[in-house]
Amino acid sequence: MTPERGATAVAPVPSETVTRRESTSRRVTGPRPGTGWRQRLEIVVFVTPALALMATFVLWPVISAARMSFYSWRGFGPMDKFVGWRNYELVLGDDVFTGAVMHNFIIVFASLAVQLPLGLGIALLLNRKIRFRGLLRTIVFVPYVVAEVIAGVVWFQLLQPEYGVIDGLIKAVGLTPPEQGFLGTPDLTLATLFVVLTWKYLGMAVLLFMAGLQSVPDDLYEAAQIDGASWWQVQRRIAIPMLGPTIRTWMFLSMIGSLQLFDMVWVLTHGGPANATTTMATYLINQGTGRGNYGIAGAASVILFVIAFVMALVYQVFVLRRDTKEAR
Amino acid sequence: MSRQKMRTFGGGGPLVYALAAVVVALTLGPVLYGALGGFRSNEQLARDPAGLPDPWVTSNYTNVLSNEAFWRYALNSSVIAVVTTVIAVLAGVMAAYPLARYQFKLREPLFMVFVLGLLFPAAVAIIPLFILVTRNLELGNSWWGVALPQAAFALPITVVILRPFLMALPKELEEAAMIDGASRVGVFWRIALPLSTPGLITVGVLAFVGSWNAYLLPLLLLREDMRTLPLGVADYSTEHSADTAGVLAFTSLAMIPALILFLALQKRIVNGLQGAVKG
Repeated sequence: MTPERGATAVAPVPSETVTRRESTSRRVTGPRPGTGWRQRLEIVVFVTPALALMATFVLWPVISAARMSFYSWRGFGPMDKFVGWRNYELVLGDDVFTGAVMHNFIIVFASLAVQLPLGLGIALLLNRKIRFRGLLRTIVFVPYVVAEVIAGVVWFQLLQPEYGVIDGLIKAVGLTPPEQGFLGTPDLTLATLFVVLTWKYLGMAVLLFMAGLQSVPDDLYEAAQIDGASWWQVQRRIAIPMLGPTIRTWMFLSMIGSLQLFDMVWVLTHGGPANATTTMATYLINQGTGRGNYGIAGAASVILFVIAFVMALVYQVFVLRRDTKEAR
Repeated sequence: MSRQKMRTFGGGGPLVYALAAVVVALTLGPVLYGALGGFRSNEQLARDPAGLPDPWVTSNYTNVLSNEAFWRYALNSSVIAVVTTVIAVLAGVMAAYPLARYQFKLREPLFMVFVLGLLFPAAVAIIPLFILVTRNLELGNSWWGVALPQAAFALPITVVILRPFLMALPKELEEAAMIDGASRVGVFWRIALPLSTPGLITVGVLAFVGSWNAYLLPLLLLREDMRTLPLGVADYSTEHSADTAGVLAFTSLAMIPALILFLALQKRIVNGLQGAVKG
């Protein structure tokens, strides 16, 4: 029985058809003679609004963050006090910032370690031919649609020390909840935050994985079944390997999201208690609009960007490249 | 459907349903707690945090619904979300179209610009963005000041989802129209756009929900009467921290529009994402 080999043999087929279809069209709709300038004009008209928006509101701010990071600037007056790398030294020497980077990375890896198996498990479960499958899928996605802030406010109530539901449930099973509450005990806050984030974002993983599972050809399942494979064997040897590209896409999105984490932290803890949950984003907002240290905020943004960029690049080179190659 | 019928195994045993029930309870628990908590009094909530409303109190919800500020926040959220969505979808589909249908040298590099755009975390640019919008453009505390940057940040995912979608549209119709003398732009408006409605809905809903739920940018830019619902909810919950039931009612009502939109269009969103994943 070689379902695994079968799976890898089938995977590239759809992408090949795409390329082939594309190359035929190239012959048909290729540039007609004498329309080169016209086509160029059309392209410019089509892409200008998008590029202008991105240049103004994405690229320019990122560049000015980089510029800001080399000045000592309090947010008003001319930006003329050049300080070289000093802001970077200050940021990297600040325990609060290095702590924030660590919190971001803990969330990045905890998300992959916990949400991947959990999301995969739920997706496989919901992919079984059970009743109310559509309804279940909808329900699982509900937390994702709710605003992070709004979810945060509800969880804040749930996690209230003493009067909150969570403490009530813990007491009901005979345990003692932490005296300062889950959000007030520095050792527990980051873990609590992670649980809430998992609640919020697991639905996205499940939805993507279920979408990916839909594209596994049924013949493969049937063939494996005829060969006498059990449900679990089929999942492990066929479904999960074929989900590879989807899983890798999700991991990428999850990593980038974890690095930018802000809303939920701001609502639940504001980075506290005692900086136990600061993230890079809360740090830079705190330094920038909070305290007016715009140069330091700029340096923190650049470091955040470099970290995100390097991680994305490494991931692209070592993990995603395979997929994009197949897709082209 | 007929394909699914052929999957003969992997049905539901009691264990499967039990697991599904646990997932549902954990997922919906907090949302239901919020919605039901809004129907209780603060005294009921303090007595038994996890209980059901007894008796049902509607005053929390009616208070929110008769609260002028709530409607103003809702109006601000709606306008900003609609403007964001229209701009992002329109500019996005316009950019995706030549990237999908034209052959030119800079096509792939241009597409990479949008792919790279996915990597720019909004948080990185947020402070210069705040300065740009408030001082250079003088759009601080206005609908446009939030909608334009939000649309810009929604563009990369819009283009990345729409391009494969436009590529997959049958070429024959467009070719026929061109032979009949239609211009490329005419083909775009009359053929490509209508045919790609499902993809447009997917990216539109993503942009709308993203804007409706946004917090960081509105937090920096909007004050007082211009605040959006998430800001309103966060501020209400700190200002009225003693009135838990009121906070829960306010919060639950603020969830509704995004939820309805998602429920109404969820099939299309799922299909659209599926296309994006296969990419």
